[in-house]
Amino acid sequence: MARMKFLCDAERCIECNGCVTACKQEHEIPWGVNRRRVVTVNDGVPGERSISVACMHCSDAPCAAVCPVDCFYRTAEGVVLHDKDLCIGCGYCFYACPFGAPQFPQAGAFGVRGKMDKCTFCAGGPEKDMSELEFKKYGRNRLAEGKLPACAEMCSTKALLGGDGDVLADIYRERVTIRGRGGEVWGWATAYGQPAGAQPGAQPPAGAPGQPAPSTGQKS
Amino acid sequence: MMRPIAMTLLAGAVGVALAACGERPQVVNYKQGTYQGKPDTPPYANAPFDNKKEEWERSIVARQQGQSEYRLGRGRVGN
Repeated sequence: MARMKFLCDAERCIECNGCVTACKQEHEIPWGVNRRRVVTVNDGVPGERSISVACMHCSDAPCAAVCPVDCFYRTAEGVVLHDKDLCIGCGYCFYACPFGAPQFPQAGAFGVRGKMDKCTFCAGGPEKDMSELEFKKYGRNRLAEGKLPACAEMCSTKALLGGDGDVLADIYRERVTIRGRGGEVWGWATAYGQPAGAQPGAQPPAGAPGQPAPSTGQKS
Repeated sequence: MMRPIAMTLLAGAVGVALAACGERPQVVNYKQGTYQGKPDTPPYANAPFDNKKEEWERSIVARQQGQSEYRLGRGRVGN
């Protein structure tokens, strides 16, 4: 088993917010906390795209790097989790996270910021698996039940995929190959920009990863 | 006359000597860069898998493949 990841296929996401609802229902998330949300780019404009965003369980998680009490850890499956008994609710992880994943429930009558809450990849936390305490603190542990995250498993269009990164890459590659488009969304051009005058979806520049190197005129 | 005073002083001394015996450390000593929390068990450590890692992996792999309609033998359906 490699690393557990999420992948959202922007060509398929229909902004139904089913993943958000599934997450809230599965873990009984309190009002005001959203472990997952759907972000729409160019909303209302033809060609708008939506993706479902939560903790991406980074391989080198910035939240863990900035945590002053070192309450983050990564499981052998690559899931980034944290110990709520240690968390002091400082909010540094929220500033560090590029996805805005850490959430802070309102605790008490005066709006005091509570301990951080985030997507657990439905893997619970550092409590006895599937115990009442684990559910109360971190939500349901579906991974221990041999299941994948609820958001991905219930996605009606299968836009949101969850699981081993290598397997997800294979599924996504197969889709893109069959439909003949959509690969550019996550490709070279998205990450590094497009040359001036290039059409969206155009082939990445020669020499880019996975592309033939530019010819230098030399024979080998 | 001396005996009650000595007893009182002894009881006081014992009280002072044992005063901190029930004290527990209340401050966590953080070690920079290492996880300080409680240990977690792997997802297959408990029922229903009972440390059978291969069985757990088979279950996860089957569900992963279930996310691709192309691999479910349904042929080419919509994108």
